[in-house]
Amino acid sequence: MGMEFLIANILVLILTVVASLVAVLLRDLLAAAVAMAAMSLLLSLEFFILQAPDVAIAEAGVGACLSTAIVIIAIKGTKRTEDE
Amino acid sequence: MSGMSKIVKTSVNILFPLTMIFGLYVIAHGHLTPGGGFQGGAIVASGCAMIVVAYGSKWVFKQIKEKRLSSFESIGGVGFITVALLGLVFSSVFFGNFLAGSNLLFGTTPATGSTGADFNTGGVLPLMNFAVGVKVIAGLFVIVLVMAYASSVKEWDT
Repeated sequence: MGMEFLIANILVLILTVVASLVAVLLRDLLAAAVAMAAMSLLLSLEFFILQAPDVAIAEAGVGACLSTAIVIIAIKGTKRTEDE
Repeated sequence: MSGMSKIVKTSVNILFPLTMIFGLYVIAHGHLTPGGGFQGGAIVASGCAMIVVAYGSKWVFKQIKEKRLSSFESIGGVGFITVALLGLVFSSVFFGNFLAGSNLLFGTTPATGSTGADFNTGGVLPLMNFAVGVKVIAGLFVIVLVMAYASSVKEWDT
């Protein structure tokens, strides 16, 4: 639990918040879905840093892949851009 | 949902076996390493979702029916409860670990100390991991498949 642990922890958390903000602010819904996947992957990295590899595998499998696939299928069924 | 371009299909053809092997490894080593039935099943279902996105749900529906996936899910649930009830029969406790230390399937007593991981341990835990894995693979795959097929149908008489 040294200094580099703390720096990596804070960096990953800041990147998670940035990815969430990008996912909220983007108008292109497909790009927003990819930003959601990036947020989920960074969150699983954070779980791995906090020494919970079990939760990290579940988060990476369900959050980054399956929910992204479902959202992309839903976007393909509707419209790609968000209206004002 | 129709299929995608040839680049996507070739990438999926390369990545699909690797995803399958990694997911089945996580399921089979659930009692030794991080992961287990749910995590490995989610990884395998991610590989199947990759197939659905690349090749289209109509092509996948030609290969496998959702009725068959539903029966796979039921087999997983029934297998889990059957192993639990066998624990009630053989060791008089529900979820009793009747295989541990019996030198049968997965029944070896693990050596103490910092030895290498012995795969042939754990008693009924690997069997329960296999049952949960089958259930999660079929359940998550049928969710993605039915979602893709329903979004490709244009006319809904609501």
